[in-house]
Amino acid sequence: MAAPISQAATPTYETRRRPSRVAAWIVLITVALIALPLVLPSYQVSIATQILIFGVLAMSIDVLAGYGGRTSLGHGAIFGASTYVVIYWTSVLGGGIWTGIALGILCTTLLAAVFALLAIRTSGVYFLLLTLALGMIVWGLCLRWTSVTGGENGLRGIGRPDLIADHISFYYAVLLVVVPVTWAMWRFVHSPFGLTLRGIRDSESRMRGLGYNVPLHLFIAFVASGFFAGVAGALYALFNNFVSPSTVQLSQSVAALLMAITGGVGTLLGSFVGATLIISLENAVSVFTARWPTVLGLTFVLIMIFAPEGVVGRARILLSQRRKRQSSRALH
Amino acid sequence: MTESILKLDHVGVRFDALRAVDDVSLDVKRGERRAIIGPNGAGKTTLFNAVTGVVPPSSGRVVFEGRDITRAPPHRRAAWGISRTFQITNLFPSLTVRQNMELAIRGLTPRKFSFFGLPAATDEERAQADGALTVSRLASRADSAVNELSYGEQRQLEIAMALAPNPRLLLLDEPAAGLSPAERVIVANIIRALPKDITIVLIEHDMDLVLSLVDWVTCLNNGQFLAEGTPADIRNNADIQNVYLGKARHHA
Repeated sequence: MAAPISQAATPTYETRRRPSRVAAWIVLITVALIALPLVLPSYQVSIATQILIFGVLAMSIDVLAGYGGRTSLGHGAIFGASTYVVIYWTSVLGGGIWTGIALGILCTTLLAAVFALLAIRTSGVYFLLLTLALGMIVWGLCLRWTSVTGGENGLRGIGRPDLIADHISFYYAVLLVVVPVTWAMWRFVHSPFGLTLRGIRDSESRMRGLGYNVPLHLFIAFVASGFFAGVAGALYALFNNFVSPSTVQLSQSVAALLMAITGGVGTLLGSFVGATLIISLENAVSVFTARWPTVLGLTFVLIMIFAPEGVVGRARILLSQRRKRQSSRALH
Repeated sequence: MTESILKLDHVGVRFDALRAVDDVSLDVKRGERRAIIGPNGAGKTTLFNAVTGVVPPSSGRVVFEGRDITRAPPHRRAAWGISRTFQITNLFPSLTVRQNMELAIRGLTPRKFSFFGLPAATDEERAQADGALTVSRLASRADSAVNELSYGEQRQLEIAMALAPNPRLLLLDEPAAGLSPAERVIVANIIRALPKDITIVLIEHDMDLVLSLVDWVTCLNNGQFLAEGTPADIRNNADIQNVYLGKARHHA
C-alpha cells in the first residue's frame, strides 16, 4: 500500500507515528470494514466474518508468543472448547444462546487457567510441547466422550437467532464484538502489565531480581489470552453452527499460530493480516486441490525462511529504515 | 553505623559434589561499602545468588534486616530492599532505556498490574528514573534503544536499573567487567557517588578499582572464607597475595 511517507521528511528521528495519520488510517479501515458487505458477494462476506473470528484467535496467541515469549500450540483446543460448550448448551441442554456464549467463555477461561498452571513454569520448546499435549488431551476427550460430544459425528447447533441469521447482519454482529475486543487486547499488551510481559520475554532473571513474580505474570497473561480465544470460539459456534473434534485438533492451533506468524509476531494487529492471507489462500487452494494441509505446511516453511518477522513486522522494519534514511538525508 | 543489615550464617551452596560456597559467614553493617574478592571459581557470584535467592543455600541462614530470608524467592527479596546487577549484562535489549527504567521502578509498585492503563510513565516514575539515570550518567541516552548503547553504557544501565527502586542493599557483580580503563574510571566514579545510605556489596576483579571504593574487604578462595580486613590490610596480606595475585617471586 502506498502510504504518503515521502512528504514526512521530518528532520528529527521519528519514533512515533503522528496521531493525525493514525486517525486517518483508523477512519479508512473502519469505512472499509463497514462497506465490505455492500460490495462483496455473500459467500465472501462469510469468509470476511471467518477472518475476523480467526484474527481474534491469532491475536490471543500473539499476546503470549509476541509479548510473553511463550508460543502455544494449545490455543486451538481452548478455542474449540468454547465452541463445544456453546453448542452443547444450546442444542443438547436447550439453553439460551447468550447464556451459552457467556458459559463458553467462562469455561474456556477456566480451562486456560488449568493449562496455565501446568505450562507457565516452562519456556521454549517445553512450553510448546506441554501446550501441544494439553491440547491433545482436549481433542482426545472430545473424540472419545461420545455421550456428551457426539464423538466423531460432532454436535449440530440450533442456528443463529433471527436477528443475525443472514450473512450480512452476522458479519456486522461479529464486527461489533471484534472491534472492542481488539481494542481491549491492544490496550492490554500496551499497558504497564503488557510491558512486564516484554520484560519477561527479554530476561526472566532480571525481572525476578527487580521484584516481579514472573510465573504470576505469565499466569495472568495466559488466562487473559484464553479468555480472548474463548470469545473467538463462541463466535465460531455461531458462525459454523457445528462442532466436531476437528475444531479442537492440533491443526487448528497450528493454523492460528501460522496466522499470527504470517502477520508478524509481536504486532498484534498483524494477526488480521495473517488471518486474511491464510484463509484466502485456503479458499483459493481448495478450488484446485484437497491437499490444503500440504499447502499450509509449505506456506509455513516459506514464511519461516523468507519473512520470519511476518508481513506487518517486515513492513515496520522497512518503514523505520526509510525514516532513518530520510532523517539522515535531512541532516546532511 | 554498627547495625547489621546483612548476615550470612554458615552459608553453604552445593551443586552435587561441588561446594561452590562452603560455610561462609559474613556480617555487613548498614551503610558499609564491602568488597568480595577472590580468584575465578571462588564462589563470589554463587554467594550473590544465595543472597538474592537465585540459588537457595543448601545450608546455613541468610538474614536481611533481622528477617530470615534463606528460603524467600528473588522477587520477595527485591521487595524487601535488595537489588543487584549482573556480571553478564542482563537488560531488556528489545526495549528502550526508558522502558528498562520503567520496568525497574514498577517491580515494587502496584502499577505493574495495570492491565489497561496507559503505558506512559507517571511524573513520579519519570523523576525516579531520571534520578537514577543521572547518577549513572545516562540521562542523555534515555530515549535510545538498549541495543544501540555501547557496552560501557549498558554496564551503566545495569547500575541505573538496580538503583532505580531505591534499594537499601545493592549488590554489584563485577560492575566494570570487560570495560576499558577509561570506562572503569567512569563506573568507579558512579559507585563512589552513590547515596551513602545504600549499603553496597561489590564483587570485583580489579584490585586497584575495588580497594579505592570500599571500606571493608572479604576474600574468598575455593568457596571458603580466606580473610577480611580494610583495603590496606588486604594489600599487605601474604595469603591473599598468594591465592589471588599469584605467588610472589622471591628474587624480584
